[in-house]
Amino acid sequence: MELTDIIFYIFALVTIGSAMIVVFSRNLVYSAFSLMFTFLGVAGLYVLLLADFLAVTQLMIYVGGILVLMIFGVMLTHRVVNVEISSGAMRVIPATIVVGVFLGTLLLVLTRTKWMVMEGSPDVIGTTSMIGTALVTDYLLPFEVSGVVLLVAIVAAAFMARKR
Amino acid sequence: MEQFIHDLIGNDLLATIVWCVLPLVFILGYAIVAILAEMKSASWFQDRLGPMRTGPWGIFQPFADVLKLLMKEDIVPARADKILFNLAPVIVFVGAYAAFAVLPFASEYVGADLNLGLFYLIAVSSFGVLGIIMGGWASNNKYSLLGAMRSAAQIVSYEVPSATALLIVAMMVGSLNLQDIITAQSGGFWNWFILGGPKSDVVLASGAVIHADIGNFVFLPLLLATFVIYYLSALAETNRTPFDIPEGESELVGGYHTEYSGMKFGMFFMAEYANMFLVSAVAAVVFFGGWQSPWGITLGEALDIPVLTLLEGVFWTAAKGFFFVFVMMWLRWTLPRLRVDQLMYMCWKVLIPASFALALVVGFIVVIR
Amino acid sequence: MLTEFGKVLIFFLLGGVFVGVTLAVSRLVSPRRPSKEKMMTYECGEDPIGEPWVKFNIRFYVIALIFLLFDVELAFLFPWATVYADLGMFAYVAGALFILVLFLADCYLWAKGDLEWIRPEPEIPKLANLIEHSELITPPGSSPEKEHAPVAS
Repeated sequence: MELTDIIFYIFALVTIGSAMIVVFSRNLVYSAFSLMFTFLGVAGLYVLLLADFLAVTQLMIYVGGILVLMIFGVMLTHRVVNVEISSGAMRVIPATIVVGVFLGTLLLVLTRTKWMVMEGSPDVIGTTSMIGTALVTDYLLPFEVSGVVLLVAIVAAAFMARKR
Repeated sequence: MEQFIHDLIGNDLLATIVWCVLPLVFILGYAIVAILAEMKSASWFQDRLGPMRTGPWGIFQPFADVLKLLMKEDIVPARADKILFNLAPVIVFVGAYAAFAVLPFASEYVGADLNLGLFYLIAVSSFGVLGIIMGGWASNNKYSLLGAMRSAAQIVSYEVPSATALLIVAMMVGSLNLQDIITAQSGGFWNWFILGGPKSDVVLASGAVIHADIGNFVFLPLLLATFVIYYLSALAETNRTPFDIPEGESELVGGYHTEYSGMKFGMFFMAEYANMFLVSAVAAVVFFGGWQSPWGITLGEALDIPVLTLLEGVFWTAAKGFFFVFVMMWLRWTLPRLRVDQLMYMCWKVLIPASFALALVVGFIVVIR
Repeated sequence: MLTEFGKVLIFFLLGGVFVGVTLAVSRLVSPRRPSKEKMMTYECGEDPIGEPWVKFNIRFYVIALIFLLFDVELAFLFPWATVYADLGMFAYVAGALFILVLFLADCYLWAKGDLEWIRPEPEIPKLANLIEHSELITPPGSSPEKEHAPVAS
């Protein structure tokens, strides 16, 4: 087993282990903070897939953005202390069905995909400029549309916050 | 230099670890100097003498302080969340140290030569926010929680203008590699980005060529404004005065680290000082030529002594970084603290629109030239 | 590329190891005498009242949300910044439009007042107020002439 393989398994273990804590922890704040390790583990897996830009973006947007937002959301919940910030199990049957369907789809994709296996570790210099070129050539419309979608999201977020 | 360490140690993994420890050694040395500088500059600004008893002119004061912190009792409040309380200083320091991975200290030394170093730097700086919120929440103290929330809101707000300011320089270089950004400024201080960037064609390590001529002086006012935006945002991101609302002692005692004592407090302190140097060094790298000497040539290269070149690089990085750290200390005793509404006004209504406008103008000039 | 990211991983681990070792050393050399008063949550020397959980201003959440969306847009702009100069005017316009949309978002928030933080309203002392509450300001027994003009804030 090579060093990269060992690191891969460590990252996978960190990702899954912390994801388990996210789900099973009764304390919402613990869940939020252990999500950080899940995101970090996923970022590590991206690096091992040579997707360097995606890995750093994961760090920037998920760890630095979404997680902070989630924690702020938890902090905004009032009367948390007396009720004990907890997440219990409820609606078990519908959840099982949804998770089952999702798992089936994932397994299907997993077995049907023809995985490209590369020999050794290719010497890639980085994906950033390739992504940049793709954004303004082949994917120009999605690039601009995503800008507008984000504008709509900002307007909607501000509007909803104002209504309270 | 990397090859030299590998040859010296033999074991590849061990050599890499030694390679990665070097910035830590630098931070420890820097922290000692910075603590004394902070005390001495504070006292001189206020017409005092400052520490005078420990050693000549009190130069051993920082050692005494570190020793004191090390030997202080570590108090964990009974109502605190023990796990997160202990984890928070680790996260905060790891976030600060991880950013040092891409900081070039010399032409031969950069911890990890990432192609998207600049982008990584921005991503990692948000890591410390989580540690701060973690510490603030785990302390179970009103001041800590309020300080942590304010701190987090401030850091994330000011990350937008600081990232945009760095984006503007990336637009001029066409690379996110910090070594490329420094190479683009080689040849003397008139080629630094603060003075409009390179004035003649530059060939980067990747073989890409930046076309430039004397007309690049049109960028001077634009990049000067960009630097001001970056430095102000950096001040806010490190929670330094005048942006120290999260730690404003007159209303929040100590901010998010109110409950921390002993070495755990010391770790928050170290992380803050490391972050101060980091943002200062990034300002130096991006706008002031990094490890380049102001006149473009180094004594080591002239005499063909690689070790001297290396030391000169580290010297210039440290000197430029220290200068901006000193400016931070200077501002601390010059400017009063902002109010929260002024803080938000500054960020969302001044710095962000200005940085976007600058990005548009700089991009336009780069394309038409 | 993997080796460079490997070094980044080592930086992450080293940061943790350094803190761990320092805290361990500190634990060895520092005294440990916990007492009830010492372990009490700090609140300016008084016994703490109530819980630290106050209901936070919704603005914190709005700021985090807006930041996240700006962050996503910046993540798009960085790869664009590395290539647009080589691709020419068309690529510049594509990115410029994106930045303009971002600018528009900031203008919208500004115009709608979402960026205003609640400002403390200064309470301007009025003579009428002072007379009305004079029994609250002036301690019984002392003559009001000796006091400086009290400010009701």
